[in-house]
Amino acid sequence: MSHSTVPEPIRAKFWTPGVVMLAVLMAAGALTIIARFIGGIGYVSNLSTARPWGLWIGVDVASGVALAAGGFTTAFLAHIIGRHYYEPVTRPALLTAMLGYTFVVLGLLVDIGRSWAIWKPMFFWNKTSVLFEVAMCVMVYLNVLYLEFAPIVVEQFKGRVALPGFLAVLNAPVEWLLRLADLILPKIMWLLIIAGVVLSCMHQSSLGSLMLIAPTKLHPLWYTPILPLLFLTSAIAVGYPMVVFEATLATTSLKLDSEMRILNPLTRITIFLLGLYLLLKVGDMLNRGTWVYLFDGTAQTNSFLVEMIFGVLVPWIMLLSPRVRQSRRGLFIASALIVGGVLLNRINVFVVGYKPPVSEANYFPAIGEILVTVGLISALMFIYRFLVTYLPVLSGKREVSS
Amino acid sequence: MGLNRRGFLKFAAATGALVTGSRKSARAWESKAPEDPYGCLVDLTRCIGCRKCEQACNTVNNLPAPAASFEDPTVLDRKRRPDARAYTVVNRYTPGKLDKQGQLVPTFVKLQCMHCQDPACASACIVEALTKKENGAVHYDVSKCIGCRYCMVACPFEIPAYEYDNPITPRVMKCTFCYERVESENKLPGCAEICPVEALTFGRRSTLLEIARNRIGQNPGTYIDHIYGENEAGGTSWMYISGIPFEKLGFVNVPDTPMPQLAESIQHSLFTHLWSPIVLFGMLSGVMLGFRNKGERPENGEGGEQK
Repeated sequence: MSHSTVPEPIRAKFWTPGVVMLAVLMAAGALTIIARFIGGIGYVSNLSTARPWGLWIGVDVASGVALAAGGFTTAFLAHIIGRHYYEPVTRPALLTAMLGYTFVVLGLLVDIGRSWAIWKPMFFWNKTSVLFEVAMCVMVYLNVLYLEFAPIVVEQFKGRVALPGFLAVLNAPVEWLLRLADLILPKIMWLLIIAGVVLSCMHQSSLGSLMLIAPTKLHPLWYTPILPLLFLTSAIAVGYPMVVFEATLATTSLKLDSEMRILNPLTRITIFLLGLYLLLKVGDMLNRGTWVYLFDGTAQTNSFLVEMIFGVLVPWIMLLSPRVRQSRRGLFIASALIVGGVLLNRINVFVVGYKPPVSEANYFPAIGEILVTVGLISALMFIYRFLVTYLPVLSGKREVSS
Repeated sequence: MGLNRRGFLKFAAATGALVTGSRKSARAWESKAPEDPYGCLVDLTRCIGCRKCEQACNTVNNLPAPAASFEDPTVLDRKRRPDARAYTVVNRYTPGKLDKQGQLVPTFVKLQCMHCQDPACASACIVEALTKKENGAVHYDVSKCIGCRYCMVACPFEIPAYEYDNPITPRVMKCTFCYERVESENKLPGCAEICPVEALTFGRRSTLLEIARNRIGQNPGTYIDHIYGENEAGGTSWMYISGIPFEKLGFVNVPDTPMPQLAESIQHSLFTHLWSPIVLFGMLSGVMLGFRNKGERPENGEGGEQK
């Protein structure tokens, strides 16, 4: 029996029916992206003057960033405060964060009108712009994530680089690069880990500050001066549930050990973090008196209620029960609800709660927007699957040995 | 669990302090509005809805020809918004006032960029493609723009439009306040130059405010006592006076606080000289050093749920 805490490539069959399904969705998304770059954003989306941001910003960007929070929260736990016990989940969380941020940038390239100009913020700084700060942090953090992930590639391929076909001429340079990385990265890893946490705190909160410039547009249930604090706390709170969510999906799908002995104590921390978020949300609502909107029956209010009850309150109460925490299914449901709650919160802030002051234009994402978003998420899962198959990311023995 | 919780409390307290600390200095925000820019006063009691301003705007800005001609009166039958093909539009409102023959008296409202004194769009713009110029114009520099459309999210008047049908080089489209004509050619904006009934008065903002106050003061029956744009969104270069309350004419209710104030105050107090990231970095380094070699190894770690 292999030791279960050593990460290793899964080497399972790659083209399962699920993976084929992902490939089909990716193809549909790719076709839509081609259409966007031929006919313009308006050709595939319902975006307008009144609705400049829609599904792509709400899900691909804002939710993508929030749900990648498992990366820095597990790094904090295992590497900064030395809880090595949780190390088996840091690699999959790091991979999720790296892919998550990569797809945030890919989503942005589809959404911004002049994709080829995406480099311009590096040279034209507007220091009053919240978006400028977010963009700089995301850019630097994405590179930090690649560097944090690099040792996993080094571990797998150092000393045995064998590229196929004509690429073989690159064997020596790649080998040299891996050796160089192996020499430098371990010495600066502490710096990268701390920088990752700092950059995350900066832009996770600033994503909430984005809407503070539009007080007349965002519904009062969400518009609050502490929106950045709420974004930060919810991102930190969703970090571990996201790890549980994806670990359960991955271990089920790949028939691996379920890692319950790690996930269970991990969610005990979530009780505190999610509780803090709940406290801030409710306190803010009472403080600003926005509870008066709660039962006016509008789509916005109902969406807020769903977000708070099923995305925060119910899973928090569930996690309080040791029985739920010890059950794989209970833990998965609670985590999925928290993940869904943060997802809905970001959609609410950027889409549902956004009311144009003049036009009554009701926005619902066009089929093209949905295809792009689904395609990007599918591509993310596809690459995750590919990388865990060939790189030492996931720990845990296979349940069915062959 | 003890160490865990303490670590997290520290972490949470630190980040919490950063955000709450921001509110203390919210009052330190300073307006970057030009001292006495040019502006335009729109007198809604004078406008006859001839749409000559729309036509002039179209010509001086080389905008595409409209679907219906500028003389077509049926265009006024529905409410329009400025869009990627028209920087300014005139709408007709009939808020219920009758003339001697019992006919509804129309009021015409010209819409365009308000050219805010502290524009939300310029504060939001990621690359400073939008800037408030000394002469009052909120100017768009397409060569910097990346097309993020945050300006459109930020604008409280819902003005900037976008060339959504252009796949590679779309532009944000909005009234330029004829920046080049005013700045280099010493001319009036196209619309103000052509207006046949002097419904549009171009001039220094302070002068325009004086004119507006005089007109309201001398004709109290004709005007309501409100200059829209004097204080809205912290003040705008375009201002309106009217005989009908503005809310009946489709004007949006906008707070008097400059739109960028809150977001800029928070950003400024958190990130001046990057002090908060540096402090957080230092704290985390300390914590990491403190916990080095103290944590348990995976082998003898805390097992699942303690009973």
